[in-house]
Amino acid sequence: MSVLFTIFWIAVAVVAAMALGWLFRWAAVAASRGEARRALKTAPLAASFGMLVILIYVVVALFAPLIAPYAEREVVGAQFLPWDATHPLGTDNLGRDMLSRLVYGARNTVGIAFATTALAFFAGSFLGLLAAAVGGWLDQVLSRLVDILMAIPALIFSLLLLTIFGTSIVTLVLVIATIDATRVFRLARSVAQNIVVMDYIEAARLRGEGLIRLIFREILPNALAPLVAEFGLRFCFVFLAISALSFLGVGIQPPTADWGSMVRENATLITFGDVTPLLPAGAIALLTVAVNFVVDWQLHRASGLKE
Amino acid sequence: MSDIWSMIARRLLLGLLTLFVISLIIFGATELLPGDLAQNILGQSATPETVAAFRRELGLDLPAHTRYVNWLLGALQGDFGTSLANKRPIADLIATRLSNTLFLAVYAAALSVPLSLMLGILAALWRNSIFDRAANALALTSISFPEFFVAYILIFVLAQSGLFPSMARMDPTTTFSEALYRTFLPALTLTLVVTAHMMRMTRAAIINLLASPYIEMARLKGMSPARVILKHALPNALAPIVTVVALNLAYLITGVVVVEVVFVYPGLGQLMVDSVAKRDFPVVQAVALIFAAAYVLLNLTADVLSTLSNPRLIHRK
Amino acid sequence: MRDHLTRGGLSRRSLIKGATALGAAGLILPAGVRRAAAEPKRGGILRIAQAAGNTTDGYDPATWDSQFVQVLHTARCGYLTEIAADGSLVGEVAESWEASADAATWTFKLREGITYHSGKSVSGDDVVASINHHRGPDSKSAAKPIVEPITDIKADGNTVTFTLSAGNADFPFIMSDYHLPILPSADGKIDATTKDGCGGYMIDSWEPGVGAKLTRNPNYWKPGRAWFDGIEMNVVLDSAARQNALLTGEVDVIDPVDLTTVALLERAPGIKILSVAGTQHYTFAMDTRADPYKDNNVRMALKYALDRQELVDKILQGYGTIGNDHPIGPNQRYFYADLEQHSYDPDKAKFYLKEAGLDSLSIQLSAADAAFTGAVDAAVLFSEKAAAAGITLEVVREPNDGYWDNVWLKKPFCAVYWGGRPTEDWMFSMTYATGVPWNDTFWSNARFDELLLAARSELDEDKRREMYHEMQSICANDGGTIIPMFASYVMGMSDKIGHEDRVAGNWTLDGFRALERWWFV
Repeated sequence: MSVLFTIFWIAVAVVAAMALGWLFRWAAVAASRGEARRALKTAPLAASFGMLVILIYVVVALFAPLIAPYAEREVVGAQFLPWDATHPLGTDNLGRDMLSRLVYGARNTVGIAFATTALAFFAGSFLGLLAAAVGGWLDQVLSRLVDILMAIPALIFSLLLLTIFGTSIVTLVLVIATIDATRVFRLARSVAQNIVVMDYIEAARLRGEGLIRLIFREILPNALAPLVAEFGLRFCFVFLAISALSFLGVGIQPPTADWGSMVRENATLITFGDVTPLLPAGAIALLTVAVNFVVDWQLHRASGLKE
Repeated sequence: MSDIWSMIARRLLLGLLTLFVISLIIFGATELLPGDLAQNILGQSATPETVAAFRRELGLDLPAHTRYVNWLLGALQGDFGTSLANKRPIADLIATRLSNTLFLAVYAAALSVPLSLMLGILAALWRNSIFDRAANALALTSISFPEFFVAYILIFVLAQSGLFPSMARMDPTTTFSEALYRTFLPALTLTLVVTAHMMRMTRAAIINLLASPYIEMARLKGMSPARVILKHALPNALAPIVTVVALNLAYLITGVVVVEVVFVYPGLGQLMVDSVAKRDFPVVQAVALIFAAAYVLLNLTADVLSTLSNPRLIHRK
Repeated sequence: MRDHLTRGGLSRRSLIKGATALGAAGLILPAGVRRAAAEPKRGGILRIAQAAGNTTDGYDPATWDSQFVQVLHTARCGYLTEIAADGSLVGEVAESWEASADAATWTFKLREGITYHSGKSVSGDDVVASINHHRGPDSKSAAKPIVEPITDIKADGNTVTFTLSAGNADFPFIMSDYHLPILPSADGKIDATTKDGCGGYMIDSWEPGVGAKLTRNPNYWKPGRAWFDGIEMNVVLDSAARQNALLTGEVDVIDPVDLTTVALLERAPGIKILSVAGTQHYTFAMDTRADPYKDNNVRMALKYALDRQELVDKILQGYGTIGNDHPIGPNQRYFYADLEQHSYDPDKAKFYLKEAGLDSLSIQLSAADAAFTGAVDAAVLFSEKAAAAGITLEVVREPNDGYWDNVWLKKPFCAVYWGGRPTEDWMFSMTYATGVPWNDTFWSNARFDELLLAARSELDEDKRREMYHEMQSICANDGGTIIPMFASYVMGMSDKIGHEDRVAGNWTLDGFRALERWWFV
């Protein structure tokens, strides 16, 4: 029976998500014009749903103090209170309102993850494309450097850097971005290597195009798809990295709420079937799925497939 | 073809250089980390005299470069020394743990690589279908959960009902089939953790090529979509896929400390973390070099395969 | 509280002239203690999972620091003395002991006929060599500070005589310290890598950081002990993994239990929770040399600015008691029960701030879970409550790695853990006397130091109690340590495990001796 119930609720959730996606697409199409409108019209429901979720997260993150019923760090009562009208999602291990923590967590976690991923992609893909386009000693130096950085296990490496440079949010972003950038570099380089030997690149070179123009006009558009796909996942890996680091005591400083640490703090409850840790984990999962649905759509558009 | 061989030879030499640089970095890093083995073993009980005596005994009072050179000379002769903390030869300390780590990595790879390639190809074939969305949503959800959390959920569902043991203890008498049974949950956890990445890259790389003229051509010839993907798209999409697979295989060897801890599995990850915490430098070095070597070899394999998949790269001008 | 004072109280006589509690009955059972379960019986393999254990653990007693090695080697080795479950001292390798009138010379008489696993007999020379391993300029032992006052050790056949630099009425307690096992010696030296010992269990195999297998010593001398035929010890670092191992029946005992879910674990069938109050306490240490903690008014303000009961409820889930800013636990001999309890009072805190000439206070508190489980959360709760008193407490989460090197004794205000010590003198002289290495508040109080010395060799029981009471009061109202809570040791086990009603609280797992004290019912 319980299996049937689960299937029923999953079906309800899927239908609801599609309906929301459809509504959002309708509203978005109505509100936009020109190029964007044409693009939105063709957006699949999954992508529309993804955009809606991302929009909600952004709104929640921006207006966290207005939305959250309590302050981020305020102890409002006993610990692990059940769900009720005053505390819609109960309280956490110290008696803070869970809903408020989740709302503030959106601001801290999404903000940091976005900054880190953007930084990692900017640095990693630019250097990767550059290495592939120039080749020769530059490629060798950069590749070997990245090899060395990547050959040191990431967790140990970041722990080391954070211990040496301190654990402010800025260093956290820089350290995770550096480590992520090495992964992006390798992917970008290996994709671009296949492109630089193409005839049209040869032609562009003969036309006398400059290096930067070559990279951004000729190589990047053709390497974009795997990079975009990677972006969707790297984004989520940042949450996990922060969670792992907070396990070692070098993550975001308390009492700042972040989803990764919130999963960590309540994780043991899951072994007794308690859903508390699923809330922050679910928040991460929903965002990851949403981002990647949008990425899939863009990927499809970039591929030029018409179906 | 000879180009490939010379490339492999060159890369292997460079790999050795990489290992050397890493040994320097690891040494420098352990030096930069505050505290040393004497302080860490004594912990709260450390007093200046006992720490000094301890350092004298271990040779930690020698200058840093002397210690590094001594270590390097030993390592070049194949002698990695003994653990500073408990005087056990490093080879002894590492042997069983290394085989445990490799066993789990191969097990998880055998489950995850075919699974993710298959899912990725099917998702590309049936792109934007319910199957595609469902497979993606599931894989993405499992990857969004921290590893230890995936492990807890699996234990809750599969171990508390008694289907599988929650502790993956191994000893010399464990038979192969028993080992497969005992390490099923950690292998499954790792599979869930790495599958999404490889699957999505497979899907993305294939879809990226589907609008190319030669695919269009094949399709116009009346080839079935499945054959188009397998015969034409996949071979050309190999480079990014292989890169990501190599990354994840390296992760299965070097990054599984959390899974080791949750399932009480004696692998290299825990040894590394303990040794870093206690600043047991020779052990840290040895494990770091094993990890680095695994990484260098996997990367080299990935590069060779990517190169082979693109004839233009072999005959690069 | 009151009855704790008399219970387990040792008379002066029993201290100076120690006699073994091993009477004719052959059981180490203080009168009136009832057994928790049916009569103990031999047999079975005990499987135990512990949290603390490193791949760097070894055989050398000078370096033992994880609870895994402490329990392992306590099962393998014998000590001169043993702390019984009720906190009193009984003989182990030593049968009896006697002090000179000034308590500066101690003579231990060894028990006849104890042998090591190898068959060799335990001799006075072994005792000398075992203790000397921790003494001298080349000693790297963590126990060096506690054997420092010994100026000479001599063995004469079966008696060993210790000469101390000054009188110490509690000296035999020190000989029970887990660093000081009696090991076989040759030419006046012990072999620090030996697997031999004279305890109830022999080590078959041990993989540091993973686990160990032990079998019962068939020639064990102690009657009524070592019931299990064998032991399987496991290191299980993850708290959820330990719980799961207990729930699925893969182990019989886990230590410690994750307090967040202890209430849920207790409900599981076939599982019981054992909670033992002891001397373990958690502190926030202020550097009394540094601003603003130099001013005792600031220290007092902070002592009134945290809600102790909330910490006990939320960090210890009620498995503990509130502390009163001195390190003596309610179960100890000279605990001062009538000392005024510090409690949360923002007005008083404000009053003391004003006395210090401050309107508000803005400080940083360093914490990491390496200090104690829940330290960061405790600091966050502290900070929330302190805000009402006009104190801005910024919690700085420090890395777990290197906490004891970089934060403890370095940062002016940080979270600390103390296992506690069995005697008041030991605890005070280890961490509160002026200038000792572990005085983490750098506190110095002339009256306190004077009392400490006087009490150490005071012979009159009442006078001694009075002195310790005054020291607790000085410590609470002038000291630099905030002690919000005493944490109980909380273990989980299958209900098939039997143990005495009274379980030792000096360390976890029945004073590290669960392996030889417990049995299967």
